[in-house]
Amino acid sequence: MKELKSWKDYPLGGAVYDPGSTLDIDVSGWRNERPQIDQEKCIRCRICWVFCPDAAIIEEEKTYTTKTGKTFKLTYSIDYAHCKGCGICANECPVKAIKMIPEVE
Amino acid sequence: MTYELEKIKTLWDIPKEEHLVGGHSLCAGCTAATIVRHLLKVAGKNTIVVNATGCVEVSTTSFPYTAWRVPWLHVAFENAGAVASGVESAINALKIKGEIPVEKEINVIAIAGDGGSFDIGFQALSGLMERGHKVMFVIYDNEAYMNTGIQRSGATPFAAWTTTTPVTRRIRGEWRNKKDMFDIAIAHGIDYAATANPAYPVDMDSKFQKGLSKDGPSLVHVIMPCTTGWRFEPKYGITIAKLATETAVWVNMEYDVGNFSVTVPVKKRKHVREYLKLQGRYSHLSETEIELIQEQIDRKVEEINKRAGKEVIGPLEA
Repeated sequence: MKELKSWKDYPLGGAVYDPGSTLDIDVSGWRNERPQIDQEKCIRCRICWVFCPDAAIIEEEKTYTTKTGKTFKLTYSIDYAHCKGCGICANECPVKAIKMIPEVE
Repeated sequence: MTYELEKIKTLWDIPKEEHLVGGHSLCAGCTAATIVRHLLKVAGKNTIVVNATGCVEVSTTSFPYTAWRVPWLHVAFENAGAVASGVESAINALKIKGEIPVEKEINVIAIAGDGGSFDIGFQALSGLMERGHKVMFVIYDNEAYMNTGIQRSGATPFAAWTTTTPVTRRIRGEWRNKKDMFDIAIAHGIDYAATANPAYPVDMDSKFQKGLSKDGPSLVHVIMPCTTGWRFEPKYGITIAKLATETAVWVNMEYDVGNFSVTVPVKKRKHVREYLKLQGRYSHLSETEIELIQEQIDRKVEEINKRAGKEVIGPLEA
């Protein structure tokens, strides 16, 4: 069993020595709706990435070719552990390539 | 002052690195996180952030976690300005002593909400600007004390509902006007002051960049639609921010060493109704009250056009 830490185990002054440690926290339970990117429709305009409050849109340098033969150098995907499902990405998407799908049917 | 980052002109110039990571406990759809994310992208990793008490402070650093990847400190609600001044002075002292190389550039940024800057933190902010420390003060303005339960602040606009300016038989929301922080900052004789909007990220980021490149204090005042306190669905955060500029409720202005300019001109502005009707905090308004708010905005637009010397904010859309 994991032992509970006592106050003596924590650094003085409430200092935290582990930058960016909230990445360990899973906030997916906050969501009612889950965004889903349609890679065929997506025009790689970066708008969802820009506006996401939770830095949950991942921009990767991965080539993707659509069925109509268009090749993009970037691919956007969603970090579902940190997405809270606010829907800003879906609302701001200029081509409506992001759909919000209910978590519970 | 040299500044290594290239000027941000399009969305693609925004740096990719994240210095405020996900997993924090700000509300879903909170635009404050968008603002701070962009601020740190622009500032880079050589940055010390001083954060006044407020939404961003309590929810990004629930002990023993932190969402920040830059040195960050919090002391109290009222003294973000004073602490930031101290940090800046300490850096200067260490440079004189030779502990830090003189050419090393360290950005000191103070972040506060409207409570931590308009009301409680005002004297520390005023002192910081008057003493001329090289600190950028960023205000994310959600127009009330959202963190403690939507109490009114000096930034609450006319007619807005809050829990301390309720809608009853005798009062109909806030009956006083919003404080003009932009002009107060300019009156301190600082080099750079600006108002920004997260719905215009390129404009906002270039303002952060300009503010950081100044040798003295600078202030960037950013509007921040609050899903909880303004009573709207989380997905409309950016839509409402955009409408604020399109209706001229919020004007993106800039004051750069004596030059006043409006950075996002609006050719034809929308009726303020478009902005108000999306928000629950204005749901009690009657048609006469909406017209009264529109009149106030018309007057403000006229003033700004006069100040800019040309028509930057156009007439009302027919």
